[in-house]
Amino acid sequence: MEQSWRRAKAAFAAIALPPMVWLLLFFLIPLAVIWAYSFGENTGPVTIDLTGTFSNYLRAIEPIYLEIFGKSVVIAGITTLLCLVIGFPVALAIAFASPRAKIWLLLLIMLPFWTNLLIRTFALIAVLREHGYVNFVLEWLWNNASWVMTFAGLQPLGEFEPLKLLYNNAAVVIGLVYVHLPFMVLPLYSALDRMDRSLMEASLDLGAGHLRTILLVVVPLAAPGIASGVLITFIPALGAYLTPDLLGGPDSQMIANVIERQFKRANDWPFGAALSFLLMYLTFIAIALQALLQRRSEVRRI
Amino acid sequence: MNRKLKGASRRSVLQQFGAAAIGLSFTGGLSGCSPAAQRERVVNFYNWDTYIGPTTLEDFQAAAGARVEMSLFANNDELFARLRAGNPGFDVIVPSNEFVTRMAQANMLMPLDRTKIPNFENLLPDFKDASFDPGRQYSMPYTWLVLGIGYRKSAMLNGETPDSWRFLFDSDQYAGRIALLSESADLIRLGAKYMGLSVNGIPDEALKQIEDMFIRQKPRIKAFHGDNGQDLLASGEIDIVLEYNGDMAQLIAAEGGDQFGFVVPREGTLINSDCLCIPAGAPNPDDAHALINFLLDAEAGEKITTEIQYPTPNAAVAARMGEAYQNNPVIFPPSDVMGKSEYGAFEGDDRSRVYEEMFTRISAA
Repeated sequence: MEQSWRRAKAAFAAIALPPMVWLLLFFLIPLAVIWAYSFGENTGPVTIDLTGTFSNYLRAIEPIYLEIFGKSVVIAGITTLLCLVIGFPVALAIAFASPRAKIWLLLLIMLPFWTNLLIRTFALIAVLREHGYVNFVLEWLWNNASWVMTFAGLQPLGEFEPLKLLYNNAAVVIGLVYVHLPFMVLPLYSALDRMDRSLMEASLDLGAGHLRTILLVVVPLAAPGIASGVLITFIPALGAYLTPDLLGGPDSQMIANVIERQFKRANDWPFGAALSFLLMYLTFIAIALQALLQRRSEVRRI
Repeated sequence: MNRKLKGASRRSVLQQFGAAAIGLSFTGGLSGCSPAAQRERVVNFYNWDTYIGPTTLEDFQAAAGARVEMSLFANNDELFARLRAGNPGFDVIVPSNEFVTRMAQANMLMPLDRTKIPNFENLLPDFKDASFDPGRQYSMPYTWLVLGIGYRKSAMLNGETPDSWRFLFDSDQYAGRIALLSESADLIRLGAKYMGLSVNGIPDEALKQIEDMFIRQKPRIKAFHGDNGQDLLASGEIDIVLEYNGDMAQLIAAEGGDQFGFVVPREGTLINSDCLCIPAGAPNPDDAHALINFLLDAEAGEKITTEIQYPTPNAAVAARMGEAYQNNPVIFPPSDVMGKSEYGAFEGDDRSRVYEEMFTRISAA
């Protein structure tokens, strides 16, 4: 019989206390300090007076910063959508693979985490730049096609123009999708793996095609997994700063880049703190939306 | 000396084993170790990347008996942010001119004891005093450097030399092949230089014009780089870049580097000087002074300068360097453009914030 945790209060406390103390000391208290800074004013290069002013927030909601917030939401949104579109078939394939293959496939998904984000991003630069591997392959194909055309007595193709894959917004999205794809695949996989297969068989037996079965049976059943995958992809993508910094062009500034510069170059911690907390409120809204959607889908199921 | 040092360091490792250390310090006492040698002396040196000679730190240890722990920072902002909430244990740091003023104003630097730095006499007369640190109270010059234009010779129209900021800031000639340094203050000050103004005390109307100019130029700029412009140039991503002369001199000196050039535009440029300072609260100020003095030494300085190829403010070092260095126009730009160049002064945090907000607007436009 299952025992309620209320019956074993001492054991519960012993297990729960260390992580809670950790959370308090190293997460909540520092966060509270930054939160307090967001109501402060700079009085010198290293001194901040906590005056309770709202001026930092007023500045943070000026159109220029709202625009950057908006742009960050759009980029994170596109990233999440692409992750979902790419990640869903991958998760489906892993869920239906043989148990042996499953382990290897999951390992492949996790493999990038064994390398530092910075190194992965630099590797992506080597792949995408004008004299990078993608352009090498394209140039090889182009030159061969050109040779074949000359051979066939046609005009050869012109000079190969390398694609500009780096230093633009598309590069930022590619980088973010690459980094965040595992965050999407893993929750999708765990939702799909637990799914009752007989429901799919029933759908197929009763005459629905494969696509219809996936859209009308599998996707609704995997909805909680999709929702949590979307959330844990969207939130870090929204706060990304390394990827836009290294892969982006002069147009690719995201809100986290602005925040970083407040803490460094501008030496304006109160304003940086206010921007950070606005970003956090956006995150809270996203979490609340997810909870709302999940509750609605549960109600529908009952 | 050397053997004594080895003994000391082995001991300090063993000290961490508690009980074992008690036995050892007893025998150590018997063998007559001096108390000063009981703890290994360490200087924590916070430096820029690729900014030291290949054997400099070992040479200092051999000469002074203190080991140097070097950690690296990428830019002045990172250095400042690390020390802002108090010195985490650094003994020697290398801020640039503007940040020497800023940190001195915030009481983050320790006044230097000139009697412990006799190699001060090695410096060129121009560098014995500085507008950003009157009387050299807090800083010793390590290098000086200028921003200029690095370019790929074969990509320049009719083989011209891009000797004006126009090519970077105000022209579509190299559209899509340009990279600029992502330092708001440097960009805006050089914009002022292009307009014929001083880099300091830029009037508000000019700031507006500079912002508009960069917004106009932005579609032609491929990237804002974080001081890796020479790599972008070398990898063929761009053809023309805003970079420091030292970084470009390193690239040009490397194999295949003769396809690249560097020029300081005729309008003049920003001069920077990276300086050796001791942050307030340094745990080991004695050895910190010793390290600064060592870095200003003629022989040590020669090894550093040979490696990093930056202009030296040190007369004794310059005298030892060969002609290839002394007459290198990349390292020492012609005197007529140097005459039009200036140091960027620290004009208060509010000014930095104005520049930063301009850069945010330029990036978002």
